[in-house]
This record gives sequence, structure tokens and C-alpha cells, in this order.
Amino acid sequence: MTTSEKYVTGAYLVLLGMLLVYLLIIALKVSRLEEELADLTRAAREKLDG
Amino acid sequence: MSITRPSLSALAAFAVALAAASVLMTFFVAPEDVDQGLSQKIFYVHVPIALTAYACFGLGAWKALRLLLTRGERYDLESYTGIHQGTIFGALTLVTGSIWAKASWGVWWTWSSNQLVLFLVLFLFYCAYFMLRYSTESGPRRERNSAVYALFGVVLIPVSFLAVRIAGTILHPTVFTHEGANLPWQMLVCFLICLGGMLALAATLYRVELAGKRASVSLRELRELLA
Repeated sequence: MTTSEKYVTGAYLVLLGMLLVYLLIIALKVSRLEEELADLTRAAREKLDG
Repeated sequence: MSITRPSLSALAAFAVALAAASVLMTFFVAPEDVDQGLSQKIFYVHVPIALTAYACFGLGAWKALRLLLTRGERYDLESYTGIHQGTIFGALTLVTGSIWAKASWGVWWTWSSNQLVLFLVLFLFYCAYFMLRYSTESGPRRERNSAVYALFGVVLIPVSFLAVRIAGTILHPTVFTHEGANLPWQMLVCFLICLGGMLALAATLYRVELAGKRASVSLRELRELLA
């Protein structure tokens, strides 16, 4: 691999890396929201059941 | 005439298609630059990222202006998300720019290029936005302060964008001038597809992040109602 090829690959990998990190953060956030929603659904059911 | 907003899945599919087309165009259609050789291919990723960062900061400022004019609460989250996206793309601009600088100029960074320094100032200015935002309690005061700060930052965008023209340096060459684009049509088409792909990607990420933030706010309100 030439030096130029290394730099071009590096630039594209930075973008790819950012996308993967972003995906990971969003996945963590969605799973947290899912847990919160499940908690709230449980709390709402308990409240309705009295 | 009303403009229908595309669904998130359609937007994501469009962004993926354009991203794939961008990579194919960059490596198989766009000719290799005579001076820089293969390293010029970084242009197709670095410049669209930089322009997308400007667009995101501009969107954040526009939403901030709407917030100040209409006092619509939803604009606060939209402005914040736009600036957050701009900061991500700003960081990417600095990193890809550094890689290109090392490949072309032999240095990772140079303080003698006005455009680099002004972009760094713009980036740091918007990084400070988050410090300001989280240093105050949530509520109308924080929304107004954040909006005013976001609007001040947008002034730096044209300064940063035009810096290379003002400086007239050969270190950071001007590709787009009043006479048109200084590059062959294959390169121009490739660049436009890359720019479209990056903007579509940013729009998708913006919509995903905004949906997550809105869901978070709704859940918090629901929790308060149930408490």
C-alpha cells in the first residue's frame, strides 16, 4: 500500500468509524428508551389496577 | 404548494444509495488528479463533510431564530440537534482535513492557513454551546440563551467559508470561483453526488437523533404524569 493509499483509506475509515460509533450510541439510547417505556407501562398498569 | 417531508426510512435508503454511488464514482469514475495523485480523492469526502457541517450549523441557527421569533418550544430541540450534528461533522472536517494536509503539504496542521484556523474557531465556538446549554437549568431561559448563542455563531460561517478567498493563498486552493468550478466535469459530478450523499446522511442522522430526543422528552413527561 502506498503512502497516498494509506491517507485516502484513513480519511474514509474516519468517516466509517464515526458512523459506527454513532450507530452504537443510538443503539444504546434506543435500548435505554425501551427499558424506560417498559417501566412506565408497568407503572401505568399498576396504577390502573389500583 | 405544500412540501411533503420524506419518511425516515425513505431518507435513509436515499442516503445509503447516494453513499454507495459516491464511493463508486470517487474510485472508478473520477479521474486521478495530475498534481496530487490519489490523495486528491480525500477532496470528495473532506469538502462535502465541511459543507455539511456549515449546513448543520446554519440549520441550528435558523431553528434558533424561529425559537426567538415564535417562542415555539420544539425549535429548541431542533436547534440543539442541528448544532450537535454540525459539531460531529465539524470534528470530522478537522480530522479528514488533517489527513489531507499531511498527504498534500506534509504537515498535519498549519496555523498559517486562515481557513483552517477560522474553522477551528467556529468548531470550538459551537463546542462551547454545549457548556453554556448544560450550565443552566432547563426551561425558557436556557432555550433563549442557547438560541442567542447559536445565532451569534452563524456569523462565523460566511467568514470561515470566504476566508480562503479573502486570504488568496495557494496553500488552500479555491476550487469554486465566480467563473465556475475549476475542475473537470467528471470530478464536478462526483463531488456533487458526494455532497448530496453527505447531506442526505446528515439529514437522516438529524431525524434519528431528533426522534430519540423527542421520545426521551415524552417519556420524562409521562413519568411525571404517572408519579
